[in-house]
Amino acid sequence: MRTFKSLICMLVLGAAWALTPAPAGATDLAPLVAPFAGGGFAEKIEAVGNLAASGEVRAAAILEALADGRLMVLAADNRLLIASPDGTSFADAITGEVVAGVSADSASAVTVNNRLRGIVRGALGGVTLLSPDREQRLRAADAVLKSRNLELLPILERAAASETDPQVKPHMDIALGAARLLSPDAEIRLQGVPLLAGHGDADVRSLLEGLAGKAADGSFAETDERVRAAAAAALEAGASRLFIQQAVEKVFQGISLGSVLLLSAIGLAITFGVMGIINMAHGEMVMIGAYTTFVVQECFRAWAPGAFDLSLFVAIPAAFLVSGLFGIVIERVAIRFLYGRPLETLLMTWGLSLVLQQTVRSIFGPTNQQVGSPSWMSGAIEVAGLSLTLNRIWIIVFAGLVFAGLVLLLRRTALGLEMRAVTQNRSMASAMGIRTGRVDALTFGLGSGIAGIAGVALSQIDNVSPNLGQSYIIDSFMVVVFGGVGNLWGTLVGALTLGVATKFIEPLAGAVAAKILVLVVIILFIQRRPRGLFALRGRAVES
Amino acid sequence: MLKRFPAALAGEDRGLAATLVVLVALGLLVPVFNLVIGEGSFLHIPTYLVSLMGKYLCYALLAVAVDLIWGYGGILSLGHGAFFALGGYAMGMHLMRQIGTRGVYGDPVLPDFMVFLAWKNLPWYWHGFDNFAIAMAAVVLVPGLLAFVFGWFAFRSRVTGVYLSIITQALTFALMLAFFQNALGFGGNNGLTDFKELLGFNLQADGTRISLFVATVIALVGGLVICRLIVGSKLGRVVTAVRDAESRTRFLGYRVEAFKVFAFTVSAVIAGIAGALYVPQVGIINPSEFSPAASIEIVIAVAVGGRGTLWGPVIGAVLVNYAKTFFTGELPEIWLFVLGGMFMAVTLFMPKGVIGAWPSVRDALANGRARQRRTVTEAGE
Repeated sequence: MRTFKSLICMLVLGAAWALTPAPAGATDLAPLVAPFAGGGFAEKIEAVGNLAASGEVRAAAILEALADGRLMVLAADNRLLIASPDGTSFADAITGEVVAGVSADSASAVTVNNRLRGIVRGALGGVTLLSPDREQRLRAADAVLKSRNLELLPILERAAASETDPQVKPHMDIALGAARLLSPDAEIRLQGVPLLAGHGDADVRSLLEGLAGKAADGSFAETDERVRAAAAAALEAGASRLFIQQAVEKVFQGISLGSVLLLSAIGLAITFGVMGIINMAHGEMVMIGAYTTFVVQECFRAWAPGAFDLSLFVAIPAAFLVSGLFGIVIERVAIRFLYGRPLETLLMTWGLSLVLQQTVRSIFGPTNQQVGSPSWMSGAIEVAGLSLTLNRIWIIVFAGLVFAGLVLLLRRTALGLEMRAVTQNRSMASAMGIRTGRVDALTFGLGSGIAGIAGVALSQIDNVSPNLGQSYIIDSFMVVVFGGVGNLWGTLVGALTLGVATKFIEPLAGAVAAKILVLVVIILFIQRRPRGLFALRGRAVES
Repeated sequence: MLKRFPAALAGEDRGLAATLVVLVALGLLVPVFNLVIGEGSFLHIPTYLVSLMGKYLCYALLAVAVDLIWGYGGILSLGHGAFFALGGYAMGMHLMRQIGTRGVYGDPVLPDFMVFLAWKNLPWYWHGFDNFAIAMAAVVLVPGLLAFVFGWFAFRSRVTGVYLSIITQALTFALMLAFFQNALGFGGNNGLTDFKELLGFNLQADGTRISLFVATVIALVGGLVICRLIVGSKLGRVVTAVRDAESRTRFLGYRVEAFKVFAFTVSAVIAGIAGALYVPQVGIINPSEFSPAASIEIVIAVAVGGRGTLWGPVIGAVLVNYAKTFFTGELPEIWLFVLGGMFMAVTLFMPKGVIGAWPSVRDALANGRARQRRTVTEAGE
């Protein structure tokens, strides 16, 4: 173990020395890398250290290839080659030039065991801490923080001192602070603590807690009084920041969940809220939208794979049309005979939902379908220490757009006017020349079409299976009932409230318990306000 | 309207009486055909069939309970499966305690799943369930109490119609999620199973199974009679008046919510008893009984049979569950088509169910035959 540590120490010091402006190419690489071609593990470990210490430009590339198992030995002349990540082309390890005419059969990979791989990783961290590429430095700083190695302290000091990038600098400082804590010298440990203060990161906090608190046997893990006090103060300072950061994160997650609820419930707010139809097949309209997305993407995969990123822009109108048409047919064929009999409508549409589920299962099979995400939706952005995934952000934006569009449609268009007229007073609207039957069909089609659009969004974050709709139907009804029937703004507030509340309860009670709790709270809430948050007043209440 | 009501009931009563006669005959004859007539005879009823019929009759009892509040009270509960399952769990807990040292882990007190979860002590709510009388009290009291509290809150604040349907559905959904949790102490996903004996009788034995079947028949007959008495009483008429015109009944001075809570609680107790009889015959109770789909299946059984008649749901439950057994066994792909089609056809074309449709079908047939006869005689002239 001791030799192992001193080896790493030597290796890293070597690396640090190497990165002082050394005369480039002064050493010849060939003897340094020769042990990789035939030596045992001990020689290879030594070679890793020498290579890191050499300061050669190629060192990082060779070490990386070694760790990934891409460093190859040519059987004919023991020449070292680096395979490209896809394994199709080869470059000379020493010069970096592409070597033509090498087949994968004629070369074998340099064998690496886990111990060697760990040493290579450590050496790479040291080498890349000072890399000119900021991404590499960022990764190296995080890797070094995880591995926590006292031997890396000197190079970390240098790296942190020379770091100028405002985004990388905090990562370097944390890694440096964590490494300083390992020092046997209390003064250096004391200098490490301030660097860790004020960060909400859980790893950092557990480090500080280890310093400030007692070990299991009651003795202090940290012997120096001043370090303990400093750690406690740093924890204190971090606590409020952590609290705010966690709260912001919960609110984001809550809004994200709320926007999903909003999307799945907003179609229902039209059919149930505006028309008073209990559509238990609403979830299946969502499911049909998701399957439409799948079919559209399959078409793109087959005929225009290059334009795959655009598939969602085709899927949204397609899903709206398909689900909307289903809705219109359902309304004309069945639901219109059941107006005024809400309980029967409920049962009929439940039966319909079973039939639709089984139809989809028969056509597409019971398993989940693969729906891809376009490249502009994958990845994450970092805002103030929070990592926000792009697809969640897009769904929030999308939910907002759909909501705004729907409000505009109902408030600003002739169709919206007719819809509101028929809802408020059917016979009067009819007397004014509005074709109520047509408006009914269109309204129901609109609600179903919006559900289809929700399906496009949900296909990006959930499994596309015949049961997709069932998992949302109860939540959707809860949102509409909670927000108040017949009121789109109520649906918006209801969805966001439920989303945020769920996310705040989850860490306290667990995901399932949070869901149960929210359901129970809604059940109790409905007792208090049977007509929801934003109740309609006046005549509509009586009907 | 109220005056004509007894007359309408009298018409129903012929069907109800016929159903009761059939049930009593079943209760008397099935044991004979199972136990007395030897296995070689074609009249012999195998034991598995007896248990299957017992299962259907449990669902029939649950359907009668749903019909009491939906058909007569106008309260559509989409969560009655919850009361059924609670009664079932109470019975299941008793049966688990009866296993004793015969479980896989042989612990004299703790059921297997608790040993598996490394629990040291029995949770407090499991105490006393080794006593049959206490377990039976729980079968009645737990669903009854939940229904009373839930109904008292809901009806007092005038949650009606589809709102009530949706929150009953949320209730059973929440209970399902809760019972799936291992930490709740009811066996989580797997529920309670691997029962050995009831009151010292081996559950696998033919005699026990026959006794359970007869007990189910008695419970169903009792349930029908009690519901008939309620429906025929003045109290029952007020319940029906609430169904037809809630505000008017309230303005006449009746405390509508009290009548509704009463009907809802009685219905839940009947459902709990049905669940308790169901569990030993099926041999397992798990959280899927709480699923909203299971509750809605019972509602459709009531609708198929004909709501607002007490014997219609019995017919409906047997028909729907026989169809389920048949299709899930023979043609599993189309079972959901059949079930969904039943929902749609019944609500669209037969709002009174098969029982309500029968007179018009009979008339149509009679007319057809009369016309045929006329044509025949005309042709003969």
